[in-house]
Order: sequence, then C-alpha cells, then structure tokens
Amino acid sequence: MAKYFFKRILIAVPVLIGVAFITFMMLNVVPGDPITVMMREHVKPDVIENLRKTMHLDDPAIIRFLRFLGDALRGNFGISYKLSRPVTDLIVQAFPVTIKLASTAAIISWIIGIPIGIISAIRQSTIIDQMFMGFALFGVSMPVFLIGLLGQYTFSYKLGWLPVSGFESWKQLVMPALVLGWNSAGTIARLTRSNLLEAMKNDYIRTARAKGLKETGVVVGHALKNSLLPVITIMAIQIASLLSGSVITESIFGIPGIGRLSVDAIQGRDMPLLQGSVVFATALIIFGNICADMLYSLVDPRIRVE
Amino acid sequence: MSEMSNEQFLLKINNIKTHFFTKRGIVPAVDGVTIEIPYGKIIGIVGESGCGKSVTSLSVLGLLQRPGKTVEGSIEFNGRNLLQLNKAQMRKLRGNEISMIFQEPMTSLNPVYTVGKQVSEAITIHENISKEEAKSKVIEIFKNVGIPEAEKRFNAYPHQLSGGLRQRVMIGMAMSCSPKLLIADEPTTALDVTIEAQILHLMRELRDKNHTSIMMITHNLGVVAEICDYVYVMYAGKVMEQTDINELFEKPCHPYTEGLMRSIPRIHSKNTRLYSIKGVVPNLLKLPKGCRFSPRCDKATKKCFTQEPELYKIDNNHSVRCFLYENGVR
Repeated sequence: MAKYFFKRILIAVPVLIGVAFITFMMLNVVPGDPITVMMREHVKPDVIENLRKTMHLDDPAIIRFLRFLGDALRGNFGISYKLSRPVTDLIVQAFPVTIKLASTAAIISWIIGIPIGIISAIRQSTIIDQMFMGFALFGVSMPVFLIGLLGQYTFSYKLGWLPVSGFESWKQLVMPALVLGWNSAGTIARLTRSNLLEAMKNDYIRTARAKGLKETGVVVGHALKNSLLPVITIMAIQIASLLSGSVITESIFGIPGIGRLSVDAIQGRDMPLLQGSVVFATALIIFGNICADMLYSLVDPRIRVE
Repeated sequence: MSEMSNEQFLLKINNIKTHFFTKRGIVPAVDGVTIEIPYGKIIGIVGESGCGKSVTSLSVLGLLQRPGKTVEGSIEFNGRNLLQLNKAQMRKLRGNEISMIFQEPMTSLNPVYTVGKQVSEAITIHENISKEEAKSKVIEIFKNVGIPEAEKRFNAYPHQLSGGLRQRVMIGMAMSCSPKLLIADEPTTALDVTIEAQILHLMRELRDKNHTSIMMITHNLGVVAEICDYVYVMYAGKVMEQTDINELFEKPCHPYTEGLMRSIPRIHSKNTRLYSIKGVVPNLLKLPKGCRFSPRCDKATKKCFTQEPELYKIDNNHSVRCFLYENGVR
C-alpha cells in the first residue's frame, strides 16, 4: 500500500517536469518582451542589451529551461520581473489567502451538495427533486463572474450587507466563498444524485430491504458508500483546482490569492511568476488525485492494493 | 394438497394479482395465482423467465418497487394478511419470519462491507443483542452453513469469497433469525453443478433441522426433483399445473409441463435433437385470447383459442389448467 503511493509520487515527478517544459516553451513563443515590460519606454538600447545578457535571455530556450529546472529543484523559481521578489516568496505569501477561500468554499459545497443530492435521489421526480436540481443546474451553468457580479450588486451595492471586495475580515470572505461553493455544490449534488440512483438499482439493495432494514438505513447504510467513489474524485479535483487559485473570483473580489497572482503575471508578461504558478498548480492537482486514490481504498475494499 | 386442513398451511397466497403500471399499459405479471405452502415442506415454483414466479415471491415480501403493485387477493401468513400490514409491521417480518435468498450471490452482497458485518446486521435489526454476541452468533451460523475457517471469513469482503461461499453466506443471512418461511429465488442458477448439489443439500438439512418451509423458485426441473415436495408450474402469470413431486415426473399432464419435461436433455435418449417448445413466452401486454399457452400448444383445439380454461382437479393432489382435463380424468 505505502509502496503503491510512493510509486505514485515518483511518477508525479516526470509529469511535473513535462508540464513545466510545455509551459516554458509556450511562454517562450508568446509575443511581448519582458525587458520592455520591466523598463518602460525610452530606455537606451545598450542598457537593454546589457540586461538581456545578465538575465541570459539570449541563450537558446532549451538551455534556459534546463537552468530553470536546476534552480527549481533547489526551490528557487526565479525572481518576478515586475515585483522584483522571489517567485517562491510571492506564492508562499498568497497561498494562505487562497487556502482560506478554497477550504471555506469546498466545505460549503459539500454541506450543500451532498445532502441535496441524497434528498433528490430519495425523492426522485418529485417537486423537491426538481427544485433542488434546478438550483444545482443554476450553480453549474451560471458563470462565476456573473454570480459574483450579481452578488456584489445585490448584497453590497443595493443592500449594503457585505463589503464589495478585499480580504481583511470574515465578512469579505462570505460572498466569494458562497459564489465558489455554489458552483461546486451544483456539480456535487448532481453527481451524488445520479450515482446514488445508480447504486439503488443494485441487487444488494434488495438484500438490504429483505433483511427488514428501514429505507433510510438502506440508502445511507448501503447505497451511499457505494455511490461515493466518483463524488470523491470530483471533490478532490475541485479542491485542488480551488487551491491553485480561483482566478476569476479572486479578481472580481480583489482577493490577493494565487489566482490574482497568476492573472497579474499574465498581464505583466511576468514569465518567472507565471511559470512558478503553473508548476505549483500542477503539483496541487497531482496531489489531489493521489489523495482521491487513497480515499478510494478507504471506501471500497476492492480497490485496496495488496 | 387440498385434503389438508387450513391450520397446516404457513403461507396461503390467495388469488393474487400483481400488476405493473407502465406507460405502455398494465402488465399483469401475476394474474390470479393461488399457492399454499405447508409447514416444513419445500414447494417448488417452476416456469420460464417472465412467468411471474419471482414477482410472486416479491409480492409476498412486499418488496415490489414502483410501478409494480399487488392489486387483488390476499397473502395469509400464519393467519395474518400481509397485504394489510403497514410498512413497519412488514419490516418486522422481513428477514425475521420470512427471509429470502436471491439468484446472484455475486451481486446480492454489498461489496463495501465485510460479510460478517452484513450478516450481523440481519440479526441486530430484529434482535436486541450486543455486537460481540452478534459476532459469535454469526460465526456459529457460518459453521452451520459449512463455511470453513468461519472466524477468518467473518472479516472477508464478498469479492474475496467464491460464488458457492457467497451463496452460503446469503443462506446463513437468511437463516440467521430462524425464519418460518424461506423464499429461495433461483439460489443455485449462478453456481457450478457440484456447488449446486451442496447448496441444495444444505437447504434440505436446514429444513429438517428447523422445520422451515421453503418456497423454491426455479426454472430447473433437476433442482425440483432434488429437493421439492410439491410443485406449481407457472406460465405467463398463471398456475398451469400443481401436483406432488412424484406425479409431476411420472404423469405430467399439462402440455406445457410435458414440453418442459421433454426439454431436459437425456443421455439415453435416441433422439439426436433436443426438444424445445415452439414459439416464445407471450408479451404480457398482448396476451393471446383463450388459453395463454394455446399458440405454442401441440394439442390446442378451437376452444383453446377462444375460452380460458380453469384449474381442473384430476385428483386430490393434482390440478391442471387445460381443457383436456375438463372432465376430471385424462
């Protein structure tokens, strides 16, 4: 078991390097010169020439990538062009903010999504089911920026209950977390419902009923655990992608998290920062998947690796 | 069977009709079936797939899911009409006084719990005992149904057991509260022939020890010959023939029963081609007029296509739904 997960972590290394390589090469061909971004206009050509040399920008891309890789393995992701601070520091600084937002949003989505899914499955094709699924459909299909802006308009501008943006007090956390949470809750609710309905068709459900078990016992005790696998996958991937920065939400609500950092990096042609955030996000997603696999084996004994 | 007095019957299914209300129409899966099960006997219910035998058993347990519903008749168990019990009363009976074994031991156990836990659950639902007591009881049951290394198997998951062992677990679960009636829905269909013999032997042993009545649903006449005392032959939702086991094999009367008998492969038979009943089971939405077996019957007369035969008694223990026996004897 431990051996299996050790292997999984080992396999993650080439994946990370691959992603880093592709990102690096793509950033290399993107138009826009980092020097002009850094120096603004009207700089003497020889200054630019000098800078290019000290930053090794004229070396072939593959050499620069290998240099980046060597540094990265030692925990050094370079210096941000624009902010002139180590990329690692910037990510470490922004990450707690994103963790706070992501974990609140994730918990909200589970608390809302899973019960809604269960109730909808039990009350299949009733008005309750249709209402809940409508609510979930809204969550899934409404873009985050639309819900975010509508929320800001209603609760901040019209009603004045919550601040528009920022991230200093818990009040500023409420709206972005709800916006993000609703979005994930929709997916989780629909997935829980459909998997539960699928599980209810199994023969062992009939066995459970034939034992004289109450219907709630049948659903919660026998069907739910069997229907959770795909839900766990989605939850793990969702939390990983939330942690790697909810780009749109953080931008709308002015939250200084990983998402905002990446957007700023893109807009400023800040290659090292962007490269760093992409590698960081990849690592999180891989880690999320490994966690999901570990949870699988807890839920389903058939997946346990001998 | 009718010479017995009422007190000897544990279960009396009395002219029940179980229908499925589908979008395309009402499907009369069980269409006026009467079955009587005496104490301590094994009663076989035989027929092709779709003849209503499983639906009959699910009607007894009240386990029919929408859109199925028993709309007529009564099911008397130990003097109580099961169709009039509420959900809670029905739950108290299920797994306790009436229990059931299903066809597929592979899928009838929940894959994510140990078999020990699943059998313990069947006990603790109905009996107020501690976890440890339940566990030792389950291990005892496992030994009784012939599961080797019972203590070790308690913690096994279904996928770690063979089909035969899983069916033993199912039987153990069904017998755990010493039911008065055991409904076995094709319990050996999914098993190897050697395992089938062991399982049938086990069921007969349990019947002898606990005096449990068994309703054995099967399409396999070999199983019937092996274990049953009395047999009901069903076709398209109706009982076609009912008789005791010796009569069934010595003197099958209904053309359908005869057809079933001739469809069994025999080593010493001179015929090279195996007999099969021509045609297919009718669509219950569009039942033929008259006798529902008439389109497939070799002996059908004009009358068979227009009128429905009743169940005619040809002697005390033997009734046949066929105009050939309208006047009693063949």
